[in-house]
Amino acid sequence: MQMYDLPDARGHFGQYGGVFVAETLQAALLELKVEYEKTRTDPEFIAEFQRELKHYVGRPSPIYHAKRLSDDLGGAQIYLKREDLNHTGAHKINNTIGQALLARRMGKPRVIAETGAGQHGVASATVAARYGLECVVYMGSEDVKRQAQNVYRMKLLGATVVPVESGSKTLKDALNEAMRDWVTNVENTYYIIGTVAGPHPYPMMVRDFNSVVGKECIWQMPEMIGRQPDAVLACVGGGSNAMGIFYDYIGDESVRLIGCEAGGEGVETGRHAASLSAGSAGILHGNRTYLIQNADGQIIDTHSISAGLDYPGVGPEHAWLKDSGRAEYVAVNDEEALAAFHRLCRIEGIIPALESSHAIAQAIKMAPTMAKGKVLLVNLSGRGDKDMATVAERSGLQFFCRASCQQNAKT
Amino acid sequence: MTLLANSLASTKPAGIKAASAATRIGETFARLEAQKKKALVAFVTAGDPSREITVPLMHAMVESGVDVIELGMPFSDPMAEGPVIQRSSERALALGVGVADVFAYVSEFREKDNVTPVVLMGYANPIERMGMQAFGDRAKAAGVDGLIVVDYPPEESHDLLRTMDSVGIDVIYLLSPTSTPARIEMVASVGRGYIYYVSLKGVTGAANINTAEVAAVVARIKAKTDLPIGVGFGIRDGETARRVGDIADAVIIGSRIIQEMENSPPGAAIDNVKTLLQGIRRALDA
Ligand SMILES: Cc1ncc(COP(=O)(O)O)c(C=O)c1O
Repeated sequence: MQMYDLPDARGHFGQYGGVFVAETLQAALLELKVEYEKTRTDPEFIAEFQRELKHYVGRPSPIYHAKRLSDDLGGAQIYLKREDLNHTGAHKINNTIGQALLARRMGKPRVIAETGAGQHGVASATVAARYGLECVVYMGSEDVKRQAQNVYRMKLLGATVVPVESGSKTLKDALNEAMRDWVTNVENTYYIIGTVAGPHPYPMMVRDFNSVVGKECIWQMPEMIGRQPDAVLACVGGGSNAMGIFYDYIGDESVRLIGCEAGGEGVETGRHAASLSAGSAGILHGNRTYLIQNADGQIIDTHSISAGLDYPGVGPEHAWLKDSGRAEYVAVNDEEALAAFHRLCRIEGIIPALESSHAIAQAIKMAPTMAKGKVLLVNLSGRGDKDMATVAERSGLQFFCRASCQQNAKT
Repeated sequence: MTLLANSLASTKPAGIKAASAATRIGETFARLEAQKKKALVAFVTAGDPSREITVPLMHAMVESGVDVIELGMPFSDPMAEGPVIQRSSERALALGVGVADVFAYVSEFREKDNVTPVVLMGYANPIERMGMQAFGDRAKAAGVDGLIVVDYPPEESHDLLRTMDSVGIDVIYLLSPTSTPARIEMVASVGRGYIYYVSLKGVTGAANINTAEVAAVVARIKAKTDLPIGVGFGIRDGETARRVGDIADAVIIGSRIIQEMENSPPGAAIDNVKTLLQGIRRALDA
């Protein structure tokens, strides 16, 4: 096994990462970096984090052998890491608990977050309620419309949801707006970023908190099959569930790491969110990474059936893993993800998140080309309850979330 | 951090003050100092609200008493801007204004004005996209004097600094109320042209500033550098400008000008900006 110890002291993964933010944010990031350095090795903090993961989140999450799916495909065996069974239904809670505990240690009574699909917003609102913190969630006004159910969920949990009207009115703009709030209210406010992006120390910190996923796999897989898998697959939006499951496998080069980006309507159409597969290097949201941008260096609108993958950048550590060749990245399009979604529902009785369906689709593609003794471990990063309306609409069905809508529709 | 500052500082040619009198920025500040006047720095976004307005607007601002023009390069994700400059950037982008257009505006401006310094202000990504050297060469050829890149702090801008030094463009850095003493020292040692002091916590266009607080920090910065210090963010009227002028070498106004244009009936924007800036100039000189 090779030693892997990135990022460096200033947050660089090779040429990627770093702290590309305005002077106004430098002090806050330095404070966070110093505090996190102290915290990450503090036995008391680690013990509390682990207690919360066990009793509040329900960890460890099981690994499940999707035998019927594997048999049906007739090749490699597919195993699912069940992050969908976590409290709030996705891996996102691993990170928000870690950061909320940090916020509390730093004496910040107010937390803010950005959200696209609303999953990170829900996970932030949840931990804010759990620890008695005020919570404000920034969400693009387009996403507020598309994800009404999660907006209501956040409100139930006591958070304030602020629709963002600037730019493309989606996730990237929500992140900009959260940064602006943070600059303005830095004394009493902690910013919980929802993925392995943003300026240092966020990519490292969010990875560390999510790395519990891979750490569990490292002992669970030998228990189940007597060895580690041949490949680990995960969907990549910002890249937090993927970094979470990849991290402890980086040193073991016998395990392939495969990140599955949102190919949208097809990378060749330009309507996608596959920054690593089809983007180019640049600077956004405080770090250098792969971006989807035009010839002028403007960030352009992305597209994916899954709101959680609809982001024009990607965590800098993935950019490094791609360039170094340690991980592979592929684009999976909307139709393939949707087909995988339905297939898993029908054959295993598991409704996956549309994000996670991208990784399942890639496993479905790969398995038949591999021998029966090979093993693919897929991070099932979340459950699909939140995606009912999207999938129903795609299938040409009416899906109603409110009784009053149904009555209106009948008349 | 100190080590880094030292290594960056060593790239500065020995014996040359950063606000070298040989540049338009240096000459301007030297002239104003001799006249016992403060610099009025005006920010507008290139190509907002129309492509045609920018060059005439730049000339009109100079006629109204502006000493340095900061020209915003529109960016899709202006993280440090408040709503006014965000909208301004969005309007320019909707017209397709890019870095090449910004250079063209500066070239055209230079046909009639070869003394007023022009400083480009924007974000890192469009510069990286064009390529640092190409950006520097083209900016210099267009007649650009300085460059402010909001999201290139000193630690991340070795290449930028080296490239801009080689073409003769001043890289201007920001400081803020939250800047630590170590950061003030670092910016003081690597900064060129002038230092842009962001007067408050928050984004551009925020509320009015507390001049007593600003005075205290500006004094701390002055103790570390001979560079002129400009103060911006939150200056909206002549009275505030005058009070800031008592403290700093330059007064920077941005959002207020853009708001003036937003509130102007079609065709009246330039005249209204002139009236606004003339008032501020008078207050500043009083
Ligand atoms: C279930 C699920 N998986 C994946 C993602 C994508 O984020 P990341 O790439 O950071 O894991 C999201 C984001 O909302 C999500 O909800």
